[in-house]
Amino acid sequence: MKERIAGHWRTFRWASWLGWQMEANWTNWYLFIIYSIAKPIAGTLIVVIMYLIVFGGVTGNPTFFSYMYLGNAFYIFIGQALFGTTWVIHEDREHYQTLKQIYMAPISLFVYLIGRAMAKIAVAGMAVIITLAFGMLALGLPLALLNIDWALLALAMLIGLLCMVSIGVALAGITFLTAKHGYGINEGVAGMFYLFCGAIFPLTVLPDWGQAVGRAIPITYWLEITRRAMLPNSGISSISGLGDYSNIQILSFLLLSAGIFLVLSIGIFKYADYLARKKGKLDMSTSY
Amino acid sequence: MIDWRLNGRAIIGRAYPRVLGVMREPSWILFDIFLPLLGIAAYIYYYRAMNAPEMYAGFIVIGGAMTAYWMNVLWSMATQFYWEKEVGNLQLYMLAPMSRMSVLGGMALGGMLMTTVRAVSTVLLGVFLFNVHLTLTQPLELTLVFSFTLIALYGMGMMFSSLFLMWGRSAMQMTSLLQEPIYLVSGFYFPVRAMGYWVALGASILPITLGLDGMRQLLFGASSNGFLPVDVEIIVLAVLAVVFFFLARYFLDFMETMSKREGRLTLRWQ
Repeated sequence: MKERIAGHWRTFRWASWLGWQMEANWTNWYLFIIYSIAKPIAGTLIVVIMYLIVFGGVTGNPTFFSYMYLGNAFYIFIGQALFGTTWVIHEDREHYQTLKQIYMAPISLFVYLIGRAMAKIAVAGMAVIITLAFGMLALGLPLALLNIDWALLALAMLIGLLCMVSIGVALAGITFLTAKHGYGINEGVAGMFYLFCGAIFPLTVLPDWGQAVGRAIPITYWLEITRRAMLPNSGISSISGLGDYSNIQILSFLLLSAGIFLVLSIGIFKYADYLARKKGKLDMSTSY
Repeated sequence: MIDWRLNGRAIIGRAYPRVLGVMREPSWILFDIFLPLLGIAAYIYYYRAMNAPEMYAGFIVIGGAMTAYWMNVLWSMATQFYWEKEVGNLQLYMLAPMSRMSVLGGMALGGMLMTTVRAVSTVLLGVFLFNVHLTLTQPLELTLVFSFTLIALYGMGMMFSSLFLMWGRSAMQMTSLLQEPIYLVSGFYFPVRAMGYWVALGASILPITLGLDGMRQLLFGASSNGFLPVDVEIIVLAVLAVVFFFLARYFLDFMETMSKREGRLTLRWQ
């Protein structure tokens, strides 16, 4: 058992190292930092400008602004965690053509995928911090470091990131079976969470069936609890559609739904893995 | 002397696997058409959450439709020679007697099928699901704006593909960088004028900026807060189409020579 854990840790460590090298060593460190900042800031500015066009200024509807800004900032984790996990299959299979070797190696493919995703999650973490700092300094986002409920935030981040990576693993399984749709799968699933999970607008804006979908997805509860942790006692939850629930209840929903998603993800990955081997798709090349 | 017949066959030959590829693997309908629509719907709901005028939902729909073409230009044109190099096909293209532009033209033609289906689906989503009202009073102008935008856009994609021929993994990263920042400065989800005159003017070097602005003016009228008069935008887009075509040709020749000299054409996994 001890040996097994040590083996998984070694796989995780080296996969993370490999992921980081692939993520960061393509250019100079300063270009890498500019690149890492430009994308999330631009993504945030899109929704900020849309807001400014409608309200004319940040003070137009400050609660809504905080709701939108925090949701959009933390959403960066979702896109990166999904992309970080899923793209590995496509990259290793078709680009570097090493998936066969990795598959045959005496390591856990799960652990390898999670390790590879870590680099993207690290970059996402940096981007989220920069986005939040930009919001505080340039846009007057009312965040106060001393007021943040750090314990709640840490717990939410732990469960949330595990959940995102597990969803990424399921998508990686699906990528085994598809042609080069890796990017579309990520964009699409991330778009689904953007729409149904109250990332930039409250759930109540959606029709009833859309709200029901949102309430079944753990990301909804993760975004809600991170907002509450970042701005405790600010009334931000009053517009979310989940304001009737306490923090403990939201955390319980998060844990429960994340657990269900974890089991589903493992099932999807294993089944897709079985199908990929059966149909001979592990070394498929689809560069049409 | 250009062998038109050979180049025509090369265009069809390169478009063929793209068309056939999507026929053989229908899963792209879900992954490349249906799922991306959800992200567009999110922006529409965002405007609605703020009680923005309904016209803004239309802006999103047009921006979302054109996103499909921008993504296609980036991922299936600009990075394609880099990708072909990585999988070992590029050297075969270099050995063959046709123009490299024909290969890229074939890619553009083949890629447009899937992209057009996605773009049309986005517009249909907007019209039928979100009741977006499009008023088409000047079909000729709209056709001109759309056609010149696409020609200029794909010309720019060809130009990028020559640049990416030289690059290693940075090509992928740069392509990725050309998404959100471009969505921002080109006004994919709001009138580009909101970015300020100088930013809008600078962004006009990208055909998608003026293309989007022109189409919105033609479909939503004067209240769409256009940047330049549509007639001017059509002329600029036509100029951009010609300029990018010749730039693409020049850069392709230049980069090919440089790649050969530096031995990068067959260099993989940089």
